Amino acid sequence: MAVVERPRSGSDLSSVINDERYRSIFYQILVFGTVFAIAAFLVNNTLTNMAAQGKAAGFDFLLGTAGFAIAWTPLDYKPVDSYLFVYWVGIVNTLIISGISIVLTTILGFVIGILRLSKNWLIGQIAAWYVEVLRNTPLLLQIIFWYLGAFANLPRPKQSVELFGADWLILNNRGLYFPNAEFGELFWLTAVGMLISVVAAIWYNKRAIKQQLETGVYVPIWWKILVILIGLPLAIFLVTGMPLSWELPVLKGFNFQGGTFILPAMCSVLVALVIYHSAYVAEMVRAGIMSVSHGQTEAAYSLGLRPSWTMRLVIIPQAMRAIIPPMISLWMNVVKNSSLAIAIGFPDLVNVFMQTSLNQSGHAIEIVAMVMLFYMTVSLTISACLNVYNKKILLTER
Amino acid sequence: MKKLSLLGLGAGLLAALSFTAAPAVAESTLDIVKKRGHLRCQIGTPSPGFYNLKSDGTWVGSDVSICRAIAAAIFGDPNKVEFQSVSSTVRFTALANGESDLLSRTATWTLFRDTQLGLSFTTVNFYDGQGFMVPKDSGIKSTLELKGATVCVLTGTTTELNLTDYSRVHKLDIQPVVFQDSNVRNETYLKGGCDAITNDKSGLASNKAGFPDPGAHTILPETISKEPLGPAVRKGDSQWFDIVRWTVFALIAAEEAGITQANVDEMAKNPPSPEVARMLGVEAEVHKGLGLDKSWAHWIIKSVGNYGEIYGKYMGSASSDGIGIGRAGSQNDLWTRGGLMYSPPFR
Repeated sequence: MAVVERPRSGSDLSSVINDERYRSIFYQILVFGTVFAIAAFLVNNTLTNMAAQGKAAGFDFLLGTAGFAIAWTPLDYKPVDSYLFVYWVGIVNTLIISGISIVLTTILGFVIGILRLSKNWLIGQIAAWYVEVLRNTPLLLQIIFWYLGAFANLPRPKQSVELFGADWLILNNRGLYFPNAEFGELFWLTAVGMLISVVAAIWYNKRAIKQQLETGVYVPIWWKILVILIGLPLAIFLVTGMPLSWELPVLKGFNFQGGTFILPAMCSVLVALVIYHSAYVAEMVRAGIMSVSHGQTEAAYSLGLRPSWTMRLVIIPQAMRAIIPPMISLWMNVVKNSSLAIAIGFPDLVNVFMQTSLNQSGHAIEIVAMVMLFYMTVSLTISACLNVYNKKILLTER
Repeated sequence: MKKLSLLGLGAGLLAALSFTAAPAVAESTLDIVKKRGHLRCQIGTPSPGFYNLKSDGTWVGSDVSICRAIAAAIFGDPNKVEFQSVSSTVRFTALANGESDLLSRTATWTLFRDTQLGLSFTTVNFYDGQGFMVPKDSGIKSTLELKGATVCVLTGTTTELNLTDYSRVHKLDIQPVVFQDSNVRNETYLKGGCDAITNDKSGLASNKAGFPDPGAHTILPETISKEPLGPAVRKGDSQWFDIVRWTVFALIAAEEAGITQANVDEMAKNPPSPEVARMLGVEAEVHKGLGLDKSWAHWIIKSVGNYGEIYGKYMGSASSDGIGIGRAGSQNDLWTRGGLMYSPPFR
């Protein structure tokens, strides 16, 4: 049995490189130092050059008055607010548009992906064409198409369409208008009721599953859950005297006033983002499902499971392992691609901050860095969350 | 201890790198341009009147003429120009970092831009003001009737701020819709997606001229802002600043003195006045500080005509190149006729 003689740590410098105990630390410090030095060099160089060009640098401008209006925001933004608030408005708008897009994209993508595997020839073909057409045209083109081709062609305010014949749901080329909820004093009780009912429904569902595992009896409980979810809050709402009123949109002058609205540009971006990315999700779902061996289906069938149950309980859970990793990058893409909304005037982060604020303040480098920081943070957050989920659903071997 | 000393080494390396980043000593812009053999002149995306592409691919327009005039002053040849058609978002950056030698486009001269973006506005070659355009059938006669209206506007311009200021002052509660691309903005306006477009009035006239039915739109009488437009150069090269500024002055002075593209050769032979003689380099001394040939002003007028001729061709006339903005009595007329166009003496 040979014993490897480790070189004794000497006090001379060469031991740092040769001694394997210090070697890796040495190289790590070297790499870190180099990277840091390059970064510092670039920052310093930028600042020096900006000073040489007579440009102001620094983040002081963020507290200055922005001075411009923003077409759509759920926040209480006014032109007298600061650039920092504009940054926040942009972030919120971007998160709203990409959040809604991610949810809808995922749902629609799953449906299309499963439809594409349908044994029905027509349904399969339709889903295949959907995927191929949408995946193979540029997103910017689709956004402009949905805007100029569809939503910009809606009737003008004076000829507005009342959707479903309701005078409180109004569609025109300035947006989709709907009533604004005004909560009364006691509305918080209803809100608490909703929370309790959700918790109760989850608990009830868990109990039913446990019961099924123990006794093997499947009791359909979905309608009971529905009663819990709707019944309790509704009862509280009625008892407290319906503390909720609606502010209706009314045509005043050029536009509808009152109520809430979403811009046609927002609808266009949403539709374009959802439809475009759902084609990718569909392909991931299809690939994921096909990666599950056919034996699993046969085994489920031979146990007497219905096809819909087989899909839900056997195939999809296994397919998820193949679907989640590409899904992470797709969701990040949705967030990043939402910046294309600027083409049709939706006030997202890039529009209000990297365009208008940058032009008005002239602080290009600071602003671009802040926008990059935001997109990076969101992407890394999404990635981290889905990675946690991915670890959870990985094959657990007993 | 060893680790610490290594960190110290890293820090030293870092400090050494950081301080080697000194800016290069600037060569004069005139020398750079001469060495390159042509001028790099930044203009905007096509906008009739100011800068527009003809079917044969050549640029024409009033701002384009400024570029050509400067090329003529340096090289005696108005075609030694590389036109850089740049979006308004990156226009100042492209000038400040040296991509363009000058910026000759509809950029408004403001205190902020003149002092904090690393550029200097030389002088004004067009006095403009922001206005609104509405469809004729809307029946709107005044900007003050636009209460609660949706107004389409381009991003990256002073227009956006002026609109908000005006809306705040007059409590109009205007809803701005901000576009990056003028084509999408125009299309939205034409489809009724906004009640009005706001822009510099010359820009509106230019947009209107490009619409399928220009007669169906009207520009409202109010002017809500001052928009002095003129060429800008990078800060720090006063000779280059002078060349650009005095090229514009030469155009104005030539009109005042009655020198035209057609008679400039004749005038140079028999100068009618000492001022003309000094300008055209016959009694040569005054041009020296510019570092140009004594015939620089002669070449300019020979190549592009005087200010009035340029205006008439691209702004005044309603022909294919022009956008039909009247000049008589406006701010853009000569000072001798009640306008603001005024050149310091060539002396």
